[in-house]
Amino acid sequence: MRIGVVTFPGSLDDGDARRAVRLAGAEDISLWHNDPDLHRVDAVILPGGFSYGDYLRAGAIARFAPVMESIVDAARGGMPVLGVCNGFQVLCEAHLLPGALARNAHLHFRNRDQTLRVLSTTTPWTMNFTEGQEILIPVKNGEGRYVADEAVLDELEASDRVVARYVGGNPNGSSRDIAAIRNEAGNVVGIMPHPEHAVEALTGPSTDGLAFFVSVLAHLAGRVGVEA
Amino acid sequence: MTTMENQTVPVPQARGASTSEGSAPEGSGTEGSATDGFATEGSAPEGSATAEKPDETAREQATDEVPDPEVIDDPEDESDQAELESADVHAEEDFGGQENLGDESGFDADEEVIDEPDGPDTVPLARRRPDDRQPYRALGLQDDEYSKIRDILGRRPTQSELLMYSIMWSEHCSYKSSKVHLRQFAEKAVPSDRLLAGIGENAGVIRLSDDIAVTFKIESHNHPSFVEPYQGAATGVGGIVRDILAMGARPIAVMDPLRFGAPDHPDTSRVLPGIVGGVGGYGNCLGLPNIGGELVFDPCYQGNPLLNALCVGVLPVGGLQNKAATGPGNSVILLGAKTGRDGIGGASVLASATFGSGSEARRPNVQVGDPFAEKLLIEVCLEIYRADLVVGIQDLGAAGIACALTETAAAAGTGMAVNLDTVPLREPSMLPHEILASESQERMLLIVEPGKEHTVLAIAERWGVPATKIGEVTDTGRLIVEWHGQTVVDVPPASLADDGPVYARPMREPSDLPLMRADRAETLPRPRTGDELRETLLRLASSPNLCDKSWVTEQYDRYVLGNTVLAQPEDAGVLRIDEESGLGIALSVDGNGRYSRLDPYAGAQLALAEAYRNVAATGATPVAVTDCLNFGSPEDPQVMWQFAEAVRGLADGCVELGIPVTGGNVSFYNQTGAVAINPTPVVGVLGILDNVAERVPMGLRNEGDVLVLLGDTRTELSGGEWAWVVHEHLGGRPPKVDLAREKLLATVIAAGAERGHLSAVHDLSDGGLAQTLVEACLRHGVGATVALPEGIEPAVALFSESTGRALAVVARGHDKAFTALAEEHGLPWTAVGVVGGSSLAVPEQFTIPLDELRTAWSGTLPALFGGQEPAGGQEPAAD
Repeated sequence: MRIGVVTFPGSLDDGDARRAVRLAGAEDISLWHNDPDLHRVDAVILPGGFSYGDYLRAGAIARFAPVMESIVDAARGGMPVLGVCNGFQVLCEAHLLPGALARNAHLHFRNRDQTLRVLSTTTPWTMNFTEGQEILIPVKNGEGRYVADEAVLDELEASDRVVARYVGGNPNGSSRDIAAIRNEAGNVVGIMPHPEHAVEALTGPSTDGLAFFVSVLAHLAGRVGVEA
Repeated sequence: MTTMENQTVPVPQARGASTSEGSAPEGSGTEGSATDGFATEGSAPEGSATAEKPDETAREQATDEVPDPEVIDDPEDESDQAELESADVHAEEDFGGQENLGDESGFDADEEVIDEPDGPDTVPLARRRPDDRQPYRALGLQDDEYSKIRDILGRRPTQSELLMYSIMWSEHCSYKSSKVHLRQFAEKAVPSDRLLAGIGENAGVIRLSDDIAVTFKIESHNHPSFVEPYQGAATGVGGIVRDILAMGARPIAVMDPLRFGAPDHPDTSRVLPGIVGGVGGYGNCLGLPNIGGELVFDPCYQGNPLLNALCVGVLPVGGLQNKAATGPGNSVILLGAKTGRDGIGGASVLASATFGSGSEARRPNVQVGDPFAEKLLIEVCLEIYRADLVVGIQDLGAAGIACALTETAAAAGTGMAVNLDTVPLREPSMLPHEILASESQERMLLIVEPGKEHTVLAIAERWGVPATKIGEVTDTGRLIVEWHGQTVVDVPPASLADDGPVYARPMREPSDLPLMRADRAETLPRPRTGDELRETLLRLASSPNLCDKSWVTEQYDRYVLGNTVLAQPEDAGVLRIDEESGLGIALSVDGNGRYSRLDPYAGAQLALAEAYRNVAATGATPVAVTDCLNFGSPEDPQVMWQFAEAVRGLADGCVELGIPVTGGNVSFYNQTGAVAINPTPVVGVLGILDNVAERVPMGLRNEGDVLVLLGDTRTELSGGEWAWVVHEHLGGRPPKVDLAREKLLATVIAAGAERGHLSAVHDLSDGGLAQTLVEACLRHGVGATVALPEGIEPAVALFSESTGRALAVVARGHDKAFTALAEEHGLPWTAVGVVGGSSLAVPEQFTIPLDELRTAWSGTLPALFGGQEPAGGQEPAAD
């Protein structure tokens, strides 16, 4: 299984995402922002960081990267796509997900170990969780406050598209404690906290994040099986 | 800024209206004054940007290569004057350009006016008009220094040359006041087969294994961080990161020892959030985990906050880069951001002297950092290193291009021919001396063989980073710089880089020291009853220096790169270096200005001992030291005495511990008016862990583990947190230094960890055993029942700051084996309790529920600097 991890010039967690992919048992493939070729990957991760510096608005420039055109097409065709932190911001800017990520309500960058409740387990990235499962993974962002208009928020909730919520404190003022959402089809997931930083007991607050990467492999294996 | 003095200066230059290509501004004329940039960081390191004050010089050259110039005795006579002058005038920006030149620099009009009929000062003009008066004093040069420059050149310097000498011979770059002391680090250094590069390089390099090495260094950016806290701190981080990059390493983590004035002073709420935001904003965007630091408040830092920044990087053993511009015919390439007027004069203005009023007027002298540009610069450099494309590389910091050209050429004994017209500029009207002295951030100078130039430029292009050939290495032994077809600089590079003045400044023990030392904290009334002890413990735990620091540390990314095994609030930061073998490092930075005020020799050793102990507490083996020496004005003999004592103490301490000082930085002039900060040597210790999976954390976790106090507790309260918090007292002698004991402690902890006896270890330092227990309990919310050692008064047992101690948390069933191990090594130990429960209980004295303890400990910084919890916003925010 080949999972691509995009590197924008200002990507920071791309190495972590690739490590997580390897630990989950897949082959990690580096994708370069300026190269539209997806190199036959089966899924794509948009990692955390500051894509192009993000002095304008997080992800605002990245959505125009050549690689993004291919990813948008592939996502519309059903390829699993996970955007973490800056990747989530890019997915919103690219209109693969609704809403936006705004500056944290308290105006500070915040890094802490955060409890989430996983609510939607029908996505390729979360199928190995149980609904309502609480997990502990790091959150770290300056612009992580999920916002959307009320109708969109209602719609997300009504259609099981809130993938995870913050529990035990909302670290950034996100609307309705939303930490992660998905698109209608479910293949595109954006999450603010960092599952790739919780894949080894030695370096993470838990290994709860690994299940995101194992899930997508299971999903791909299943699909491949079906197709075969 | 710009200032006032306009009127005084007759604006000579104006006349020089530019003839030349339109771009040339008019102003040029006056010599150097413009910018006064002197300070720069010298050689080495960049001080980051700009602003560093002269002092903060990097010591690199200092020590070893000290060329040994004639030592001049007591230079001072006039320097005072000059220094004051320049300081007062906050001259900030350069005059150049269209502004009126006059302002700034504070030189007297009559002194230096030069007329320039046409354009900038050139070498031919200097020959033709040898007697033009030059504003050297305003640039911080003394009469004899100026004469020496004239002797070296055989003529008066040009405006550009004068500025370059003033910068390179500044305290900041030349270490002229500190060199004679810093030599001890090299002279006394213990030989180490792990040391691949030491003092004299941009940063020390330590071999971890046959293939992997690490490099680390600490530097200050104090003055800019006071003037413009966010950018000052951001560029401080940027500067030290480029130092590490220049060694050939990938930067992998940062740490930030910070010191501020009184926590409730109104200015602290301006400075602290800005500095913390800048450290985080730059480091987070670079993708470097922040793994530790310090947060200290003391009124002595009011107006003189200390922003020290440490960076560590990793490189292949054979991948050490060199700064020498060898190989005549090789290309000199400027890589990175365009050069602008930002930061011109920053070094000199900010750094040159102590602050008076009006510092806000100097904000434009602080450069603005662009971490994204630095991230790209890092990636380009690493790609270039991997392909072995450079023969030499140097980062640009203070003194910018001038410093990088002279140092790289001096290091190789070569010459250079450089054309400033090729330097990409943000502002086309910049004059040659401005281009040379600009401290624009995020730049590097590369020396590349002509055949590889194309590949280097292609790599830079791929990352979108500007790269331009600006000159060539020559065999002339002269640095020759042209601008608009005219020669503006023609100097022997070594005369700037290595032949600066060296001073043995007068020293005198501070006159108030005997009285302070006689006023011992051990005589102050101590808490006696259980209730008093309880109240004192809570008061200390909630005091600004001992409270929970997460208000600060949560603003830093500690996870990025995925190799952070331990980070603050743990005793030391621990990083995995090799994923396969688990090989890793531990790092801690510590300092104690109050101890050093009472005894700078001991204070420096106590800082060393604490950092060493913190590293040892993780189970690591300490191997190397870096230091950042923050002091007042070297022109004050009492400050100079403190400095000399601290250096001697640190050098002697390193000998005793058997680990070398590998590099560091000096920051002088941290004072406002006549009042200097407490002498504050900050020491960083690097340790090695063969397998980071075996690191020892600090927190209690397992019920039934046994608490064993290692070391001896004496009645040592002077200079400590208890005396300060409860009595606002500073006097007496600091705790006794016992480095042999520190080594023993490290040995026992390492052996205990290796044998699996230890669940955790937490060192004892500020606040004593009480604070160690508070932190160990609150780390994971697990309590303990503690029996204070017999025969010691409870208040002393809880609050004494005796050194050479640690709290070992011994796994259940291992206590006999562990205490036998301690005994075997002759290390005193006392079983003091057992882990478990939801409170910190000291039977017959007091019990404190952990909830109450946590509330006291964690509420302080949010109350001072703003709430932690977001409003729960719904606003669609416009960003």
